[in-house]
Amino acid sequence: MSLDVQRIKKDFPILETLANGKRLVYLDSAVTSQKPRAVIDRMVRFYEEENANVHRGIYELGEKATAAYEGARDSVARFIGARSSRSIVFTRGTTESINLVRFTWARANIHEGDEILVTEMEHHSNLIPWQMLVTETGAVLKHLPIDDDGKLRIDLLGEYLTDKTKLVGMNLMSNVLGTINPVRTVADAAHAVGARILVDAAQAAPHLAFDVNELDCDFLAFSGHKMCGPTGVGILYGREDLLEEMPPFQGGGEMIREVWADHATWAEVPQKFEAGTPNVAQAVGLGAAIEYLEEIGMDAVREHEMQITKYALDRISSMGATIYGPKDVHERGGVIAFNLDEVHPHDMATIVDQEGLCIRAGHHCAQPLMRKLGVPATARASFYIYNTEEDVDALIDALEKSKGWFI
Amino acid sequence: MVHLSLEDLYKEVILDHYRSPRHKGRLDPHDIVLERNNPLCGDEIELFLKFDGDQLAGLSFDGKGCSISQASASMMAERLQGIAIKDATDLAGGIRKMMAGEEEGDADELGDLIALKGVVKYPVRIKCAMLGWTTLLEALDEAGKGTPS
Ligand SMILES: Cc1ncc(COP(=O)(O)O)c(C=O)c1O
Repeated sequence: MSLDVQRIKKDFPILETLANGKRLVYLDSAVTSQKPRAVIDRMVRFYEEENANVHRGIYELGEKATAAYEGARDSVARFIGARSSRSIVFTRGTTESINLVRFTWARANIHEGDEILVTEMEHHSNLIPWQMLVTETGAVLKHLPIDDDGKLRIDLLGEYLTDKTKLVGMNLMSNVLGTINPVRTVADAAHAVGARILVDAAQAAPHLAFDVNELDCDFLAFSGHKMCGPTGVGILYGREDLLEEMPPFQGGGEMIREVWADHATWAEVPQKFEAGTPNVAQAVGLGAAIEYLEEIGMDAVREHEMQITKYALDRISSMGATIYGPKDVHERGGVIAFNLDEVHPHDMATIVDQEGLCIRAGHHCAQPLMRKLGVPATARASFYIYNTEEDVDALIDALEKSKGWFI
Repeated sequence: MVHLSLEDLYKEVILDHYRSPRHKGRLDPHDIVLERNNPLCGDEIELFLKFDGDQLAGLSFDGKGCSISQASASMMAERLQGIAIKDATDLAGGIRKMMAGEEEGDADELGDLIALKGVVKYPVRIKCAMLGWTTLLEALDEAGKGTPS
């Protein structure tokens, strides 16, 4: 089933607004997506009809709030194929999810001389926590290289994984190159040397159907705000047995079972990792976002994005732009980082903004990757369910215009 | 001047300096060299300064980055040749205040540099326009020639 973009566009109120007096053309969904009416309304309804704290109230309203919050957890579990909602921890976002693993599982399991393997295409949020852990513990951080096409050098995996490797951190889809990475292959190799694998699915969750059991990952992180949900909520999936063994993350209310003056015991998973009042309305909003995406169907989302990405790759490259990452849409998602010789990406982003277009320019929180690509910055256009070929045409016109200023 | 459209700002001011930068390249000999970048976007400026007593005898820049960062540095280099260090500091301070929206900017004093005010409308680009100037102030400080402000 292909998706009805014109109908979907109408679900997003912001797309009816103007930018610099022009039709808003939003091509920066990799940074954060726009929100459909269904999500906005769901959050309003929560505040108007169900608002109370969760896991506390004896009264009916508290039960309603808890049911909404836990219902969202069930939706997340279903969406990623988790066997149990106990595997789903609500966090503030991908960054906090990864840091949660750093402060709990990693601190308990990674010691001096152990190795952590990441890839050369990680977002800073799946790099800096490991740099910090390595400084703290004396462990060693290694980086699996990428090839000229922006794909992982899986052929080198045997060399980079050793019996000292305790953790592999990698993304399922790159936020710069768009590359869709072979997580299952890496997971099998990591498990063969006794390592755990943490998957950064911040870019994958909004765009690709996947199943945590098929990926065979130990941990997986993503953010609500990139997948039609609100900011302030993200997910850490963890294998239930690992979560059970792990020490808690932050200390405080909600994460305890019983407390004495000088010690305490911990709540069951996942509450053990959710200290304090969580972002309840945001979690409920994420649940609504997942239902919205499920209704469209993730296969239809992917099919639409492959079409528009192919169209955009063709049009952008026919302008003579340098495009980073794989050229085959089967191997990549809908983010296209590119440069035009004539126009610096910052100038480009400012100029196209005058035409109502939002594109990103900069290092995309991946400075080591930029260095590898040999550029200080790139422009980047990224697509989602509400983008059309007409949006790509608007981008090309605006790019031509910016080029015109410089030649 | 202040109501320049983006297109006018680029076409009348920025692109001229971007295409034919003034005083670009190493200055030898020099008394101090300082390189700074804009980590958010990767713009780079390297400044070379030569002093003669309390005069700025020469200034050149090298760098790469967006047109606003490079054009602004070129405009600065054109303006600051052979003037008193104190005047250079005052000018840089004035530009800084104008770009922060704290001062209107005095067209008589700033001359062509008043055009940089056109960038204030594009807040994310102010850092680009300021890179050369903040590098200058830091370099003067490092050389012990800055005036505390
Ligand atoms: C691949 C990837 N990982 C992690 C993140 C960080 O997500 P958040 O800022 O929501 O924590 C992003 C967001 O830009 C991303 O693209």
